[in-house]
This record gives sequence, C-alpha cells and structure tokens, in this order.
Amino acid sequence: MKRWLPLAAFAVLLGFLFAGLWLDPREVPSPLIGRPAPAFTLPVLERPGLTFSPADARGKAWLLNVWAPWCRTCRREHAFLMELAAAGVAIYGLNWQDQAREARRLLAEIGSPYALTVDDQDGRAGIDWGVTGVPETFLVDADGLVRAKHSGPLNARVYARMFAPLLEGKGP
Amino acid sequence: MIPELGHFALIIALMLAVVQGTLPFMGARSGDAQLMAVARPAAVGQFAFVALAFGALAYSFLTNDFSVKNVARNSFSQLPAVYRLTATWGSHEGSMLLWVLMLAGWTAALTTFARRLPEATAARVLGVLGLVSVGFLGFVLATSNPFERLYPGPPDGADMNPLLQDVGMVLHPPMLYMGYVGFSVTFAFALAGLLGGRLDAAWARWTRPWTTVAWMFLTIGIALGSWWAYRELGWGGWWFWDPTENASLMPWLAGTALIHALAVMERRGQFVSWTLFLAIATFALSLLGTFLIRSGVLSSVHAFANDPARGLYILGLLGLVIGGSLLLYALRFPGGGRVATFGWVSRESLLLGNNALLVAALATVMLGTLYPLFLDALGFGKVSVGPPYFNAVFFPLVAPLLFLAGVGPLTPWQQAGARALAGRLKWPFAAALGVAIALPLAHGGLQPLAVLGVFLGVWILGGVLVGFAAARRRGARLLALPSGFWGMQVAHAGLGVLVIGITLVSSYAAERDVRMNVGDHVDLAGHRFVFRGASGHPGPNYVADRATVEVTAPDGTLLTLHPEKRKYNATGAGMTEAAVHSRLSGDLYVSLGEHLGGRAWSVRVYHKPFVGWLWAGAALMALGGLLAASDRRYRAPRSERLAPAEVGA
Repeated sequence: MKRWLPLAAFAVLLGFLFAGLWLDPREVPSPLIGRPAPAFTLPVLERPGLTFSPADARGKAWLLNVWAPWCRTCRREHAFLMELAAAGVAIYGLNWQDQAREARRLLAEIGSPYALTVDDQDGRAGIDWGVTGVPETFLVDADGLVRAKHSGPLNARVYARMFAPLLEGKGP
Repeated sequence: MIPELGHFALIIALMLAVVQGTLPFMGARSGDAQLMAVARPAAVGQFAFVALAFGALAYSFLTNDFSVKNVARNSFSQLPAVYRLTATWGSHEGSMLLWVLMLAGWTAALTTFARRLPEATAARVLGVLGLVSVGFLGFVLATSNPFERLYPGPPDGADMNPLLQDVGMVLHPPMLYMGYVGFSVTFAFALAGLLGGRLDAAWARWTRPWTTVAWMFLTIGIALGSWWAYRELGWGGWWFWDPTENASLMPWLAGTALIHALAVMERRGQFVSWTLFLAIATFALSLLGTFLIRSGVLSSVHAFANDPARGLYILGLLGLVIGGSLLLYALRFPGGGRVATFGWVSRESLLLGNNALLVAALATVMLGTLYPLFLDALGFGKVSVGPPYFNAVFFPLVAPLLFLAGVGPLTPWQQAGARALAGRLKWPFAAALGVAIALPLAHGGLQPLAVLGVFLGVWILGGVLVGFAAARRRGARLLALPSGFWGMQVAHAGLGVLVIGITLVSSYAAERDVRMNVGDHVDLAGHRFVFRGASGHPGPNYVADRATVEVTAPDGTLLTLHPEKRKYNATGAGMTEAAVHSRLSGDLYVSLGEHLGGRAWSVRVYHKPFVGWLWAGAALMALGGLLAASDRRYRAPRSERLAPAEVGA
C-alpha cells in the first residue's frame, strides 16, 4: 500500500496544477464591486481647464481604463479598446501618475479610444479606486455603481466573460 | 541564416535524443552490447548540436539581429555586450534552451566521467536522460522556439528587463539550472537502478558525487538569486518567500535530505527505498519549480510566460516523467533494504532525524507555496501566504535540524555512547552559549531569537572544530584526511556561518527613510550619512541621477557612496541602483528614492549587520559540496573502492 502513496499524492497535485492553469492569480476581486464609484475631480487631458468627475457620466454605463504612457502592457490592449470605442462603448481613460505631455503625445500618435482622459498626477484617485498597477479596467453602471474590475490588458475573451453580460451584450 | 541553422541543429538534437532514449533501453533489456553502445555517441552528438543551437542564439543576440523575435523583445542596440550575451537566457525561450543545454551538458559529462559504470547501467542512465531531453527539446521546439523571425524586423529592440541587467542575474539562472538539471542525473540513476534491480552501496557510490555537485550548483544559484535581490530590488531584502524562491528552495531541501540519505546507503546499505524516493522527488521538485515559474500558475516577478499552452505542455511532461517514475517505483518497490540495526543514539538515527526534519520543512514550504492555488481551485477565494506563515512554521523545524547538524558528524555509526558524546560536546555547548549572549548584547540587546540563532550557528562551528580535534587526536594529519570528510566539515561550517548571518541581520538590521537636501545628514548605527546632492550621469543604455553620500564611520574613517536612480532609454522604466559598502561586520546600504523637488531626494539608508556572512556561508557550503564530490573513492578503481576508515568517530 505505502508504495502507491507517492503516486496517489502526485496525482492529486497534478489535478490542482491543471486547475491552476485556468486561474489567474492576479485576478483579485475588488472590494468596490457593487459600491458607488469613488469620486474624484481631475483635469481633462484633451481640454486644458476642464475637469471631470464620475458623477458627470451618470445615466450611461462606462469603462474607466487606468493606463500610463510608459506601460508597454497597456499597448497590448490598445487595439481592442479602439474596437470597443468604435462599437459605442464609453471609455474614460485615467493617466496614472505619469506626465500629461507624454500621454497627450502618445494618444496623438496611436489614436485615442477614450471619450476623454483624466490626469491623475499624484495617484490619489488611483489609491481611492484600489489601483495596484496598470492597466486596470473598471465597469461603472448607469447608476454610478462599480460592477466589474479587470487587472491586466483587456481582450475580447475577458470582455465577453466579465463585461459584456453586464452591458447587455454591447460590444464589438 | 545563423538562427535557421540554430533551429535546424535543435531538430537534429531532438532526433539524437530520441535515439538515445530508446535503443540503449532495448539493448540493456536484451543484453545487446551494440545497441547499448549507441548511448554515448548519441549523447555527445546531442550535446554538440544543442551547443550549436545555443551558440546561434547567442550570436543573434551579440550581433543585434532584431529580425529574430526573441532578440527584438529582449535586447537593445545600446545594451552592453555582456548583457546582450546574458539576454540569451533572459527570456522564457532562451532560458528553456539553456535548460536543454545544461541537460545535454550533464549527460555528456556523464559519458566521460562515468566510464567504469557497468554497460547496462550506463545505457539505462543515458537512456533516461535521453527521454527527459526529448520532452524538453520537444517543449522548446513546439511552444517556445527561440529562433522565430519577425517580418519585418524592428529597427531596434525593446531592451532587456532592467532588473536583470546585473552581474547577479548574469550568473543566477545558469547556476540554478545546473542544479535543477543536475538532479536529473540522480533521477536517471534511480530509474536505472529500479529497472536493473541493482540497488546497493555501489549504486549509492555512483550516484553520490553527481548529486553533491548538482546540490552545489543549486546552492550557488539560490545564493546568487538572493544576493541579486538584496542589491537590485533596492530595499535590502534577501529572501521574500516568493513562490519562485520557494520553487528553488524545495528541490534544495529535498536534495540536502538526499545527500544525507545517500551517505547512510553508501556506508550502511540502509534507507534504500527512502533514498530512491528522495532521488525521484528531488528531480520532481526541480521540474515542479520549472512548471510553477514557466506556466505563471503562481503570480510572481518571473511569470512572463503566462501562457496556458506552455503550461499544459510542461504539466503533461511533469505528469509523464514524474507519474511514470513513481509508477515504476511502486511496481518495483525495493523494500527497506537491509534490516535496520542501529541504536537510538547513532549516526543513522541522527541522519534519520535530519531527513525527517528536512522533509517536514519541505512540506511546509510546499503547502505555503501551493495553498493559494489549492484554495482558488476549490473556489474558496483568493489568499496570499506570506513571510509570517513561513517564518512561523519553517524555523521551529529548522532549529532542531541545526542542533542535530552540530551533533551528527561526531556520532559513531550503529551505536554511540551517550555519555562519551556529551563529553565531546560540552565545549561547543559552552562556547555557543557564551557567544550567543555576548554577540547579541554587543548589537543592542538580547532578543530570544537572536540568542537561539547565534547559539545554533556557533554550536555547528564548534562541532566542526571538535571533529577536526578528534581526527588530530587519532594521529591523522588534517590535510591528509579524505576530501569527503573535509567537504562535510566545510559545508557544515558554512551552514553555521550562514545561520549566524541570517540571525544577526534579521534581528539587528536598522533603517531610516528620510528626505534629504544637500548638506542634510542622518545618523544610523553610529554612522553619519551626509547627502551631497545628485547629478545627471549617462550610462550605456540609461540615464541616471547619481547621488553622492558621504559616510563617517564610528572610528572616523570616511567613505563615499553613489546610489543611482536610473531611467532606461528603451522602455523608460525606472530602477533603483543601491550603493552597498560591505565589511565583515555588516553592510552599509544606501538607496535613492524619489526626487522631491529642488535638490531634495528621499533617501533610504540601512545598516545590515553580518549580512555578508550569508553569502560567505553559502559559498562555503558550495565549496564543501565540491570537496565532497572530489573524494578519491569516487575515482579509484573498483578494487580500492572501499569506504575509508571512519574519521569522524
């Protein structure tokens, strides 16, 4: 009997490792889910002098995409965000702790998927939203409640699973 | 052209590995000497072609061939040549190619150094290694081809991860892999033993030096990784219980247990099935480590290969290699070997204790590392297991282990007199107690853990000295003692040094995190640090803000440190390059934080007492491994291959 023990233990371990392949260890549920979107009032990158608050977007579901010009991973989701924007999804960008000038230059160069981008220079809004890194994307519904959060680049697969059902199927 | 040659060479190597993994087995089964003789040339040929492939990739990196995807992603034209070379294994694809190169290298070494093995044993050992190589070459070719091209190639590369641009990272992966892969030789010996049915003291003697050398490399690899983290991550931490670190610690713990079990098997012919199990488990844990890191199952710095296809392949390979060998183990279970006949107090019983504690420590590390995965897979949510868990469960197991390390080498085999043993140990005990009180007092107060740690460290060192003294008393000239004995002594002394280092730096490290303007000062551990400002300083592929910090030591000597904050040109990524001044009694460590406007910076200064003892201890342990593996009895012809007279008892 005891000669089979190592094999049995290994089989159990293998099962867990297999299951682990389909799980994302970085996908931590946000405590904000189901709660009102944290407020901020931040300058709008594209229109100097203007500010934006989450309350301004009430009445329609929208995405908050946290990014930064230095972030290479954010480029990977850029094409998909452009698709989403083209399909009519309202995406607001949050430039997290990086220079507004850089962000403006980059968006001019590669095209902007954002309805508008706010500039979180000191990262305070990022703290309120529980941002741990870039990119992160939040879904806020028409009533101003946070409904979903994804850490890491957004793609069609993640979108279809986490966001589209909450947006009544809206998307590319 | 060159990358395609490399790719082609890799395919030929795979074919040779298939030959090496099949024909010799058939030969060993039927006793066909010609089939068995295929193993050696196939192994050497495989090594040559893998080396060619590796050379081709290294060439692509050195010549900045950005049409190769791997080069474009991981190198940069401004990158210094040495880092362009090491970028060869800085990526997932390259590091797997390095893995395969190491495996082929170990196999080739085996064909040269192990000429005296019985033909059938050699054929089976090389056959097993051939099969492992088939698995990994297949992995590289099918999922991680490092020679993939980009059309059109970009004008410049994306640069190597700045964190990896450090001498510690240049050497850490090759050493670690030499260790991981080296255990495949032990594993192959275990399977060959199970297949051939020959599992005796001679088997242990063939296996032991290879295991010890693999262990030596793994020790160096882990120590280099820790040294790198200490210097590069900018906050002076040297061990984080991070999943990737645990992934290397687990095979190390199993390998350490294996080395000791092999000692019993070689001398006494006991612990046979246990030793075999450890041999399989050690390599299994090396593969598990590779899987955990390469699949991204556990989030970590290294999880850059987060790709289920790759993970699935390695998992399948893991299942085949480990599942297959455990099945073979169950079917050919060798039983307990000779009936155990040893007293309660004997070298055997202490080594049994050593193994039990090491395996228990291993189990706690494994549980902590995989626990988040278990819970997540069962749908119980996300948790993370951090240092508090590991510190709380690991150290209570290690403390008695360290105590045994001081006693074991002085205890005779079979049966020891407890009274005589106590007589030999009274001086180490008294010395350890004295130092354990004096040293912490000198460092700012008695802390229970510091006293315990220093006691155990000095206790081990005292045991080593008593061992030498006992040998002298029997009239042996120290330098004439077998290098196996020297190896054990040096490795144990290294362990003692390591324990003292860990204890003191954990208990008495001090730090200050301050805002400093030009001319400001901060005092720490009797040293005065004066900030003299920071200025721009261009590097090869980055620009740095380089600060000047003048330090006045308690004895009045003056030294200048230059911590840097770098911004890398290709990615814009920022990096903190700490300035470290190392001395025997500890390090002064200064790192530059954020620029706070004007000429002010946030600056962190640390005093790390005895931290250098950590790396010195690990180096001594590795040296001990080298000495032990070079013992004459592993090289002498068969007739002289008798175990030398027991010197420690």
